[in-house]
Order: sequence, then structure tokens, then C-alpha cells
Amino acid sequence: MITVENISKKYGKAEVLNVASVTIPTGQSFGLVGNNGAGKTTLFNILLDLIRPTTGKITNNKIVVNESEDWKNFTGSFIDESFLISYLTPEEYFDFVGDLRGMSKVAVKKFIAQFDEFFNDEIVGKKKYLRDLSKGNQKKAGIVAAMMGNPEVVILDEPFANLDPTTQIRLKQIIKTLTENRAVTVLISSHDLTHVTEVCERIVVLDKGAVVKDIETSPETLKELESYFAL
Amino acid sequence: MISHFLNLEWKQYFRSAHWQKSIGIKIVMVLFALYFIVCFVAIGAFGYYILKKKMPETDPLVLVNSFILYAFLGDLIFRYLMQKLPVMNIKPLLILPIRKSKLVHYVLAKSSVSFFNILGLFFYIPFTVVLIKEGYNTVGVLGWLFAIILLIQSVNFLNFLINKNNIALGVLVATLLSLIGLQKFNIYNVTAFGGKIFDAIYANPVYALLGIILVAVLYQLNYKQLRSLVYLDEAVSEKVVEANAADLSFADKLGDVAPFIKNDIRLIWRNKRTKTVFLMSFLFLFYGLIFFTQQTYREMPAMLMFASLFVTGGFALNYGQFIPAWDSAHYKMLMSQSFKYRKFLDSKWILMVVVTAAMYMLSIPYLYFGVDIFLMITAGAIFNIGFNSLFLLFSGSFNRKKIDLNKSGFGNTQGTSATQFIIIIPLMLFPMLVFWLTDKFLGGYWGFIVVAAIGVLSLLCKKYVMNFIEQKYIENKYVMINAFGKEA
Repeated sequence: MITVENISKKYGKAEVLNVASVTIPTGQSFGLVGNNGAGKTTLFNILLDLIRPTTGKITNNKIVVNESEDWKNFTGSFIDESFLISYLTPEEYFDFVGDLRGMSKVAVKKFIAQFDEFFNDEIVGKKKYLRDLSKGNQKKAGIVAAMMGNPEVVILDEPFANLDPTTQIRLKQIIKTLTENRAVTVLISSHDLTHVTEVCERIVVLDKGAVVKDIETSPETLKELESYFAL
Repeated sequence: MISHFLNLEWKQYFRSAHWQKSIGIKIVMVLFALYFIVCFVAIGAFGYYILKKKMPETDPLVLVNSFILYAFLGDLIFRYLMQKLPVMNIKPLLILPIRKSKLVHYVLAKSSVSFFNILGLFFYIPFTVVLIKEGYNTVGVLGWLFAIILLIQSVNFLNFLINKNNIALGVLVATLLSLIGLQKFNIYNVTAFGGKIFDAIYANPVYALLGIILVAVLYQLNYKQLRSLVYLDEAVSEKVVEANAADLSFADKLGDVAPFIKNDIRLIWRNKRTKTVFLMSFLFLFYGLIFFTQQTYREMPAMLMFASLFVTGGFALNYGQFIPAWDSAHYKMLMSQSFKYRKFLDSKWILMVVVTAAMYMLSIPYLYFGVDIFLMITAGAIFNIGFNSLFLLFSGSFNRKKIDLNKSGFGNTQGTSATQFIIIIPLMLFPMLVFWLTDKFLGGYWGFIVVAAIGVLSLLCKKYVMNFIEQKYIENKYVMINAFGKEA
């Protein structure tokens, strides 16, 4: 369970985020949408203790994220390509992350093998460094690494951006499988309303740093969101 | 965990996109390092006997002790300019299950085995061995060495503390100068006081343990400072910089290079690193004071030439050697725009020349040191404008290292590294040599005339040289785009 309490972030006088209270129960697939600058990435960054909030706190499975780092053991995340270690090959990167998450090399190999289709033969065994992969392929590697080591929470920032249509569809399938047993909480931010409504059971809309909508996904949700953003 | 970090660094080093290209510089650096090591070992091994011979009535250890304090202060200033906190790209590690404290401890631990800390030992350890061999109290000497090692580590950590703070450097330099002043005018015998500390440690090695406390405190301060920096928003959290749109229309008079000049001015003024380079060039203006005031240097014309070149050339040298890497982030964009490469280069050239000329104007007060000194600065300025500005543009075509202007980085990225000093050497050594030769064999004003003449000659050939340089940049265009696009 993740609880956001009175989180705000100010840069100088400009307030970029102000969320009074959001609770995400375990196993929920949670979607965060909003226009550019709405505060999606800022919220994720605070959740991952990458930046410090001006006020408030976020609790991830009873751990206050900026007080203890124990949440890292059960939280996988991918924000953008700059979080990859650019001079490693994808295999080395997976081994490294797997090692940190207590997986053996064999376990890593087995885990990665599940994603052969998702990788489309463009990532594993190519003898290329991550920095030399295309943006889309870098993203694929990052997303898969975020799911290593049976995390209880997976956080993906804009996972659909930069991916080709086939991969987008496959990614949606992967996310659905991930949340099937309701054991893994998945948090996704996206600009793409169709994708988000398809994979998330709950959608929160941010605007100028504040929560303006908090809806349970239903067949009408997409329409509702489209009309909200159409303005 | 440490093995992980070491493994990552090993790979980063050998897989760096420009590794092969900078191998020449690496070899030169290794040779330099070896040279220093040999020198230090030699001084350490023979220093004792030389001192004994020159000043038989004083104990060499006491003599060395009396200057150690100065050595450490000098070391600190040298480190301030040269040593950077080891850089580690921690961003990818932040979201993995690695404690932030471990990252910080690792970076700090790594800094304590830096070459700067080891170099001194090449002097102190042989010196210690000789002392023991000469019958000094073994425990005392070892305690003394231990204290020295702790002090070296303290200086190491102190440097990182003051590295972020120009005021701290000022305080440090002022302290050093006032200590020298106190000594020189016989107000207080600092040398004797500093000496007494180390004599006491030799006599009573237990005092060396005080050094542990000093290191521990400085380490802790560093840890605290760095630990609070392990966040993504550190660079912006303090203040949001408001875009300041200064009126740069004066540059429009420069015709078709104006857009580039305007952009360059903005680039320099709006990025921390370039701004430092710009402001540093004013500091270089005072460089001459060190040399022109010393009688020793007065008799070494080549050194005076060195200083003269720096007085006006600080900006051109520091800014010029990174052309076109300053634009590396948007190099691709530049290359896809419709403009003549020549204009881009011309704008850089004009910038260097204008600033150098301005520095020359500001250097007029050096007339106080005599017409000869001012003529030397004049010759240096002409050389900087004519030869160095073109040479820097030319050498820029070999630049393959991306500069990330936006990155505040983990640790200090704005320091000048040894690599850049090596590039400066041909720019300085050549005119120094010319000046020294002509001054020695022709005498009179020939030294000034020849150095200035090279500058004027280069300026006259500018058009042809620029054609050549432009060609060079165009040839290297694709390699540069590729290199600048890569992560360091």
C-alpha cells in the first residue's frame, strides 16, 4: 500500500506539486495522467526519493520513503534512459540489477528469457552497449529491469512513449499479467489515454500539480478523460 | 558492493567512447606522473644528505619540519585547482537497492587513494627510511610519518569542502599570504611554530593520534555535505534561475556572425561552468603579480613571458580549448541548420579576440612594473590574439569530449584537470622558447618583437588558416556529432 500525504514541492516560489491525499492499495494498477508539467514525474521522483518534497510524506508499505531506504528492496522502477548504465551491455545490466536484487545469474537468464518476444531479438545477444541502442530499445531494457526480483511495487514513467505499436500492445499484456494476482502494485504515468485506460483500474488526473480527477476505470472512462482534456 | 562499484568503473573507463582517442594524452600523463614520482623519490632519498651538507649545524628533520606547514598549504591550493572529487554517475544507482550512504562512502573512500595523496608519500617514505637508517628514533619517525599521512588525508577532504566555495579559497590564500607576511617582516615566526608541531610529534609520537580526529571530523563534514546532495533536484532546489534577457542588440553590428556571438554570450553567462571560465579570466589578469614582484623571476625572461601570456590570455585559453565542445549538447541541431561553418568559427574567434583585447586594456596598470614588463604583456597579447586564438580553434577540431552544461554533477565538474594543462603547454612553451632564444642571442627588444611578429604574421594569414581550420572541422563533422551524442 502506498499513501501520499500532503505532498507538495516548490521550486522557489513556484509550486509544481500539491497532493493532499492519495492511497493506493496493494495490487492496484494505478494510472497517472496529465498534461506536460502537471507534476507526474515529480510525484514519481518523490515516491522514489530522488527529490525531496517541500512538505508531506509518502509511505510505501509502511516505510516513509525519505526516512529509510528499505523500500528499494521491493520496488522496481524505470523513469527514463538516463537511469540506465550506458556503458554496460543489456545482459550485464540485467545481471547487475539481478545481483542487487538477490537473483542468481541463472535466475536472471530465466527471467529475461520470458521477454524474448517483447525484446524482438534486438536487445539480448547483440554485443551492443546500452548507449548504442535506440531509445525504444533502451526503454524496453529499462522496463524489464524494473520488474526483476519479484518487486511488490513497479513504477513506470511514460512506459508507452517511444515504443512501436507492436511493443506497446505487448507491454500492455505484460502489465496485465503482472497485476493479475493482485500482488504487485503497478504505477504508470502516461499521456496516452487509450493505453492507460486499458491497463489501469484506477486513473488519477493531475493538473498544475493538483489532483483534479480520481476515477475507477469503466467503459466510459476514456470518453470522460477525452472530454476533460479536449477543452 | 565495492566490487560492484569497482567493476562498473573499470568498464566505464575502458568502454568510454573516447578512450582510444585520448590514449596519447593518457600516455603523456603517465609519463608526467612517473617523472614526478622519480623526482620525489630522489628528493626523499637524498634530501637528508643534501640538507646535512648545506647546513651542517641544523638537524635536517627540524629543517623539513619547519616548512611542512607551507608545503601542506601549497598542496591545498594546488589541489583546489587540479583535484576534483571522483565523479560517479549515480543516477542509475539511485533507483536500485543500494544505500545512498554507501555511494557517498565509496566516493569519499575512492578520493583518499587519489594520486594527489600518494604522490607526497614518494617523498615522505624514502625520507623516513633514511631517517631510521641514520639512527633517528624509529617509533618517533614512524609516528611522524603517520601524522603526515593523516594530514595528507585531511588536506584531501578539506579540499573538497572548500572546492564548492570561492570565499573559502580566498580565505585560504589570504591565510597563506599573511603567514608569509608575518614571517617575512619578522612579526611572528610561523616557520618555527609549524616546525615545533612536527618536532613535538617526533618527540612524542602519541600526538599523531590527534590527526585521526582531524581526518574523522573532515570526513564527517564531507559525508554530511555529499549525503544531502544525492538528489536529482539539488541543482534547482535552492533557486530557480529566472531567464534574464539582457539586451544583446549591440552585437548586431557584427553582421552575419551576430546570431552566433549572441548565443555564445548567452551560453557563457547562463551556465555555471562557462561563467566560471569567464570570471576566472579576470583572476588570470592578476597572474602577473606573482611573477613580476619576485626578483628571482625578474632574471628569468622566459617565465615572465609565461606570465605575460596568461595575463591577457586567460579567457582565450580556458574557453578556446573546449571549442566546440561547449556546443556539444546541441551540436546536431547546429549541424542541421543552414549556415556557413565559417561563421560559427568566426564568432568564436571574435569572442576570444575581443576578450583578450579587453584584458589587455585592463592590464595597463602593469606599467607600474616598468615599460619592459608592459611591452612583454603587449607582445603576449598580440601573440594570444594572432597565434593562440587560431591554434585553439584548430586544436578544437580534435575535441571529442562532450561537455554537459546542465549537469551539476556529483562532485565538482568545473575544476581544471591536468589534461587541459597539458594542452596549454605547447601554446605557452612555444612563445616562451622563442622569446628566450631571441632574448638570449639577440638581446634588446628583439624578444618582444619576434613574439609579437609571430602574432601579427598569424593574424595576416588568418584567412588562409581559417580556410584550413574550417576544412578540418568539416572533415571531422561526423566523428564529432557521434562523439558529442554519446554519454561520457
